[in-house]
Amino acid sequence: MPVSNKPIVWGLFAGGGTLAAFIVPALILLTSLAVPLGFLPADSLSYDRVLGFLQNPLAKICVFGIIFLVIWHAAHRMRITANDLGFRADKIAMLLFYGLAALGSILAAAALLRLDGSA
Amino acid sequence: MSRQPYVREVPRVTWWLKQPRYIRYMMREISAALIGTYILIVIVGLVRLSQGQAAYEAFLGAVWSQLGVTFSIIALLFALYHSYTWFQVTPMAMPLRLAGKRVPGAVIVAAHWLGFAVASTGLLALARG
Repeated sequence: MPVSNKPIVWGLFAGGGTLAAFIVPALILLTSLAVPLGFLPADSLSYDRVLGFLQNPLAKICVFGIIFLVIWHAAHRMRITANDLGFRADKIAMLLFYGLAALGSILAAAALLRLDGSA
Repeated sequence: MSRQPYVREVPRVTWWLKQPRYIRYMMREISAALIGTYILIVIVGLVRLSQGQAAYEAFLGAVWSQLGVTFSIIALLFALYHSYTWFQVTPMAMPLRLAGKRVPGAVIVAAHWLGFAVASTGLLALARG
């Protein structure tokens, strides 16, 4: 039987879409709106608190997993949508969107790893 | 073969403005751009956090500025639309049978919204600490 990597890739894509559907609205509310709109106290996202949370290895893995899956999902959708919007240079769209997703994933991983002790 | 084959004119960029269902499709696709942009902002936040307190607080100031809040409200609305469309197709993507009977689509969709409510409440409770 021919071996294909498509199930894995599509699994990751679906995983990103599902994760985004379940938690991205709450994440946007939490990180970007709750404090300015007054739902959460101002120090909820204080430097010490967020740093302390992200020094936990399990939190690092969860945050990286969310970022990785959701950004690759979004990148793939935008590549297809660029084509739908008349941008037919698929190689350039791939380079741009997958490049952004790859760069973002690497920056996120590097930043998370730097959070322990002396940077 | 006809001498003058009929070629239907389809506007290359604006075709999706022709029908409400195409507009809804495009709104759903644009949600990916807003969600992707939001995730990039979060990544910038992680980088700024790793650079120390002053950098992180400057970042929060930008995210919580009027421009930041405006973007976030739009991103939130589109993210909710993504959730809605994603849950709406789940009965088609994974039809479910229990004890030989097909589970009604509305039940599957409702179960996803319940999961959404639990996950959202959990996340916000975690932040409240």
